[in-house]
Amino acid sequence: MSRAVLYDSTLCVGCRQCEEACSTRWKLPYNEKIAAEEVISSHKLTAIRTHGERFSRKMCMHCQDPACASVCPVGALHKTAEGPVIYEEDRCMGCRYCMAACAFQVPTYEWDARLPKVRKCDMCSDRTSKGGVTRCSEACPAGASLTGDRDELIAEARKRIREKPGDYYPRVYGIEEVGGTAVLMIAAVPFEQLGFSKNVPKQALPALTWNALAHVPDVVVMGSVLMGGVYWISHRREEVAKEEGKS
Amino acid sequence: MIRFRSIFWTAVFAVTMAGGAWAAFLRFYYGLGASTHLNDQFPWGLWIGFDVLCGVGLAAGGFTLAAIVHIFNIKTYKPIVRPAILTAFLGYLLVVVALMFDLGRPYRIWHPLIMWNPRSVMFEVGWCVMLYTTVLFLEFLPLVLQKFRLSKAQRILRLFMLPIVILGVILSTLHQSSLGSLFLIMPHKLHPLWYSPLLPVLFYVSAIATGLAMTIFESWHSSRAFNRQLEYPLIKRLTRVLAVSIAVYMTMRFLDLYHRGALATLNNPGMERWLFGLETLLMAVPMLMFFRERTRENPTAVYIGVVMFLLGFVTHRLNVSVTGLEATSGVSYVPKWTELAVTLAIVAGGFYIFRLAAKYLPVFEEEEEAEGALSGGRRIPVLTGDACQPALSRGD
Repeated sequence: MSRAVLYDSTLCVGCRQCEEACSTRWKLPYNEKIAAEEVISSHKLTAIRTHGERFSRKMCMHCQDPACASVCPVGALHKTAEGPVIYEEDRCMGCRYCMAACAFQVPTYEWDARLPKVRKCDMCSDRTSKGGVTRCSEACPAGASLTGDRDELIAEARKRIREKPGDYYPRVYGIEEVGGTAVLMIAAVPFEQLGFSKNVPKQALPALTWNALAHVPDVVVMGSVLMGGVYWISHRREEVAKEEGKS
Repeated sequence: MIRFRSIFWTAVFAVTMAGGAWAAFLRFYYGLGASTHLNDQFPWGLWIGFDVLCGVGLAAGGFTLAAIVHIFNIKTYKPIVRPAILTAFLGYLLVVVALMFDLGRPYRIWHPLIMWNPRSVMFEVGWCVMLYTTVLFLEFLPLVLQKFRLSKAQRILRLFMLPIVILGVILSTLHQSSLGSLFLIMPHKLHPLWYSPLLPVLFYVSAIATGLAMTIFESWHSSRAFNRQLEYPLIKRLTRVLAVSIAVYMTMRFLDLYHRGALATLNNPGMERWLFGLETLLMAVPMLMFFRERTRENPTAVYIGVVMFLLGFVTHRLNVSVTGLEATSGVSYVPKWTELAVTLAIVAGGFYIFRLAAKYLPVFEEEEEAEGALSGGRRIPVLTGDACQPALSRGD
């Protein structure tokens, strides 16, 4: 039973109330200039993007098996049982591997700060971990962003597509992407037309590095045996010479 | 003439260090945004791609030579183990310095010691680099002990040398390959000419070749700097080993490209195919050169080949970590002058410290209690030692 967010692009009216609510939650400035920025950054953790008459929303996808959490050398990011992927800034040393690894280019950095930290949406974990809804869901006047149980939201998304097949492109974004995400999206057109990358892998990414890392103990054991063995063989001549010297 | 040259290089060094110091001030006072061209779309640049990835690779001579001489017991190469280990030790220290520039909060560099995430490749690399730098320090320590004639400490250290060397080889194997594993998490971002499940193996094999190439490179330079004769018969033999290492790497690289069907992307327009061509050329040409007897007989030709190969290696690492990621990032990255200035200062500092160490420590001398370095100080008549004596006699 983990929490998730469903964003329905066909209902979104582009009012940006979600952006403002998000900025308030993080105590970030929000004004017309920032509203016009259609990208996420360290001072804007969710963004509404305009594509002609349609809208899309950019925020952390809260992957079920997040690459950012698996690559972080100090475990500053982790997926909670309740759904959100959260960041502990006290641990972070600023290597930015999470940014390099994220399939959705979500984590952002405070490039202008002398002691910067990573910034990203945490799905209002203070609320969602207690079964509540995110501030963006609460602020949305059109019901385009919903917070709920992931399985129920997937069922809801499928129901909307089934009932109005003419209004929707028949796919729920986030069921398969990188092995599943806790942010789900439905829209009228293919997601590539809404600024989503075409080549996001279908499998969970952490398995890729784990395939290599899992061999570390083997390398240690094999390496010791091999090096020790080669040493024993290659220094045989000296032992023989020593023995011969004695006799 | 010689005086003029030395003044010229001193001036170049001073300017480089002054530039580096100014860039360091900008970096630590105004932050990464003001001192680099990095951004949210392109979070890693020259400092990770060159200073860290290439730095660690270029320092691979330490474990390669230590294994050849101390494990495989090929004593011929003994005279060049010490310079190789010194290069590696300095190399790793400089990598840590570079990392301090790149980390957003460098004072937390120790965090992986107590905050564990064994699923992270970076965590593993961090631990290996930390432990291996300690190993290199212990491998380098005998020079200092010999300099100050602390023969008792020397003998004690020698007892532990075998496990230390083996540990060094294993740690190097792990992190040299893991630097390639770092990019396994980006199948959707890295261009197919460079993304491969074999990245860790390719990084490891190319690091071995690079370690050998760096050993020749620094032999050539130190022989000029200190007016020493080049250990040329040794270098000639090492050139053969280098040629075979490059051949193994290139074969593996192209088999991998072929099996993944990545060579078809060479038909696509864009800078990637040219960068791939450059990288391949800079490795294939020296390889073919080194297979020719005539090249191996000519120190200058060997040196030119080695420099070409090292540039090829650097091109590969930068293609994996920087240029191969540009197309999917949607931005183009060109390092800012501050990034270049810091990098140049670190390289110049490395040359300078190597020079100092080579001048004041017995880097190019045999150990006092020659031979038996790993047999607990017992003196052993060595058969192979005599056999290779002519080769050691300073090349005449």
